[in-house]
Amino acid sequence: MTKQMPPEYYQCLEEIQAIDFVIVELNLYLNTHPNDLEAIKQFNECSKKSMQLKVEFEKKFGPLMNFGRSYANYPWDLDDTPWPWQV
Amino acid sequence: MFYYEKKLQYPVRVSTCNPMLAKFLIEQYGGADGELAAALRYMNQRYTIPDKVIGLLNDIAMEEFSHLEMIATMVYKLTKDATPEMMKAAGLGDHYADHDKALYYHNAAGVPWTATYIQAKGDPIADLYEDIAAEEKARATYQWLIDMSDDPDINDSLRFLREREVVHSLRFREAVEILKEDQGKKKFY
Amino acid sequence: MFSQFKYWKPFIGPFDPCKPIKVKSYSTPPHLYIGFQPPGMKQFSPKDALMHGTLWPQLYSPYPDPNKGVKKD
Repeated sequence: MTKQMPPEYYQCLEEIQAIDFVIVELNLYLNTHPNDLEAIKQFNECSKKSMQLKVEFEKKFGPLMNFGRSYANYPWDLDDTPWPWQV
Repeated sequence: MFYYEKKLQYPVRVSTCNPMLAKFLIEQYGGADGELAAALRYMNQRYTIPDKVIGLLNDIAMEEFSHLEMIATMVYKLTKDATPEMMKAAGLGDHYADHDKALYYHNAAGVPWTATYIQAKGDPIADLYEDIAAEEKARATYQWLIDMSDDPDINDSLRFLREREVVHSLRFREAVEILKEDQGKKKFY
Repeated sequence: MFSQFKYWKPFIGPFDPCKPIKVKSYSTPPHLYIGFQPPGMKQFSPKDALMHGTLWPQLYSPYPDPNKGVKKD
C-alpha cells in the first residue's frame, strides 16, 4: 500500500469525529434525560450536520459505511484501503 | 443488525514503535476490565434489563466496540514494524511464538479472555452495580497505563478513553436512580 | 467535598526498603459528586469535546494529577 492520504483527509475526518462525538454524548445523556427538549433539538441539528459532512467526505474519499448505508462507486470501492487502523 | 463505519471514534496517533507499550495496552483489549469485556457485558445484559434502560446499555455497548477498535489500532501500530528481536526484548517473545504480530484477546500477562470476566445476574440493580464497578476499574486501568507510558500521542488517546469511563459510570448511576423511582411516575425538569 | 484528587500520608516504617512516597493520592472524578446530571450544563465546542472526551467541562477529569509534585500539607 503506497497510497498516501492528503492532510485534507485527516482534517475532514476529524471534523466528522468531533460532531459524531457530540452526538454520542447527547445520545447517552438523552437515554437518561428523555424530556430535555433543548438536548433533543441539538441532537437532531448535529445529526443533520454529520450527514452533510459525510456526504462531502464520501465525494472526496469514498464510502464510509457498508451494507447500503453509503453509495458505492465503480470499480467497487467499499473495501478500499485505508482502513481506520491503518491511517 | 450492525453497520460498520470506516472511521475511529477518536483520532489515534502513535509517536514511536514501542512493542513494550503494546504488551501493556493489550490489558484493555482482552483483560478482565478491558473493552471486549465491557462491550460483551452490556450487549448481553440488555436483553433482560428493564425497558427504561435497555437503550443506555445498548448504546454504551456500541461505544465500547469503538473503544476496542481504538485499543487494537494502538497495539497494531506499536508493533507493526517491530522486528522479532524487538518483540523479544519487549517481553513479547511468548506472544510472537504463538501469534506473530496478530492481536489476540488476552491480558497483559498473556492470560486468554474468559467469559468469567463478565456477569449477568438478571437482577437490574446487581447488573448496573457491576457495570458501574467495571467502569471504575477500567478508569483505574487507564490511569496505570498512562503512568507507565511515555508516548504523548498514546497518552492523548488513553486520556480520552479514561474520560469515557467517567461519563459511562455517571450514566449507569443515573440508570440506577431511574429504576429506584416509581414506575410510571414521570420525571420533570 | 469535590476535588479531582485526594491526598493522604501513609505510615512510613524505618525498615521500608524503597524510598518512601510521603504523600499518596487517588482520583475522585466529578461524576462521583453529580448524582444525576442537571440539564443545561455548559458545553465544550465539538472539537474541544472530542479532545476532552466529554461534551461537558463539569464532567472532565484530568489525569495525571496536574498538581502532582506540588507541595500540599
